[in-house]
Amino acid sequence: MIELRRVFTHVEQIYHEFGPPAAQPLLRGAAAALIRNPYAGRYEPNIAPFMDELKPLGVELAHRLLAALRVGTGEVQGYGKGAIIGSAGELEHGALWHVPGGYAMREALGWKDASAPNPGSAQHGNALAIVPSTKKVAAPGTPIDIPLTHINACYVRSHLDAIEVRVPAAPAADELAYILAMSTGPRVHARLGGLRLEQIERWDGQR
Amino acid sequence: MIAAIRKLVVQVDETRIEMGQPVAPPTRRAVAMAVIANPYAGRYSQSLEELTAIGEELGGLLGAKCVEALGIRPEQAESYGKAAIVGEGGELEHAAALLHPKMGATLRRAVSKGAALVPSAKKIGGLGSAIDVPLGHKDAAFVRSHFDAIEARVADGPRANEILVAIAVTDSGRPLARVGGLQIQEIKGEDGLR
Repeated sequence: MIELRRVFTHVEQIYHEFGPPAAQPLLRGAAAALIRNPYAGRYEPNIAPFMDELKPLGVELAHRLLAALRVGTGEVQGYGKGAIIGSAGELEHGALWHVPGGYAMREALGWKDASAPNPGSAQHGNALAIVPSTKKVAAPGTPIDIPLTHINACYVRSHLDAIEVRVPAAPAADELAYILAMSTGPRVHARLGGLRLEQIERWDGQR
Repeated sequence: MIAAIRKLVVQVDETRIEMGQPVAPPTRRAVAMAVIANPYAGRYSQSLEELTAIGEELGGLLGAKCVEALGIRPEQAESYGKAAIVGEGGELEHAAALLHPKMGATLRRAVSKGAALVPSAKKIGGLGSAIDVPLGHKDAAFVRSHFDAIEARVADGPRANEILVAIAVTDSGRPLARVGGLQIQEIKGEDGLR
């Protein structure tokens, strides 16, 4: 039973970073769910079943984030996820989020939709890349940097980024903050070469 | 657009359970922040008119961002507040020029009515500095259930030549308000106080 205490959304519109303003401002956002940690204050060997319970939360949070960004699934280009564990929990409680958080977001973005969203390419589905992540045990109000990579090819250099997420007053000692993050494009002044968006050809989640 | 905006950040904080008690409907607070260039950074200027004009513009823009993020009609807004963090190349009076002369009128249009004072806070700060934006009921300042505050913070701002401007709007009071005082259903909303 998930005890959802708080939902926190954060959206940034980045116009420039002292360079030429982008034609469309870059959107970056994150959504955090604060839930009661059912394992707070003790060592519980068997925590894996909780991952199934978290699945609906992952789906809800992915859709909350899309709504906060006011974009359709086709406009999301980067993603990441993370967890902050309140002080009465352990790092492993953050790892519970990998499957329900990552797969929920990927499914929301069309991971299982094999109807080649990019006509003429070998692309099978969307959100093919692993969702990069960070986690830590921390006090209320501690920021966490959530890494962002391109949703289909994690080596696309222009999309390697991060968003700092901080929920004031959370997580409490007996709470878990589970976080999803998305962006709509490259870093606002990306200009360092590497694999470009239009060069993705393997569609293996990397290149 | 007069303000040179580098970045806009909007957050919504929704509380569904507090101290084990369900909060239904959930309380929701939005804060919208703009990181802007400070036209007076690094020099003393007697006139601060540019910032006053920017404040007028941002009152409407950031107020509307909050209302939009909450997904409410303007008349459903219940409390509000405003704040600014001036990067170290500026002075405290720059925050006053933004917040006080003209911001209130455009903010009030964005939330409809707004008979009460818009509570405010200001400080000098650097990248990642946080400021607590005070919140009060928008039509009757004595409504005790709506005395609150929400943190505003942008990780990469304000730089020395920038100012972080924040406006907060809610559609609710504190999650488990129970310390008495003037109740929301008792207000007249005419004199800004009761």
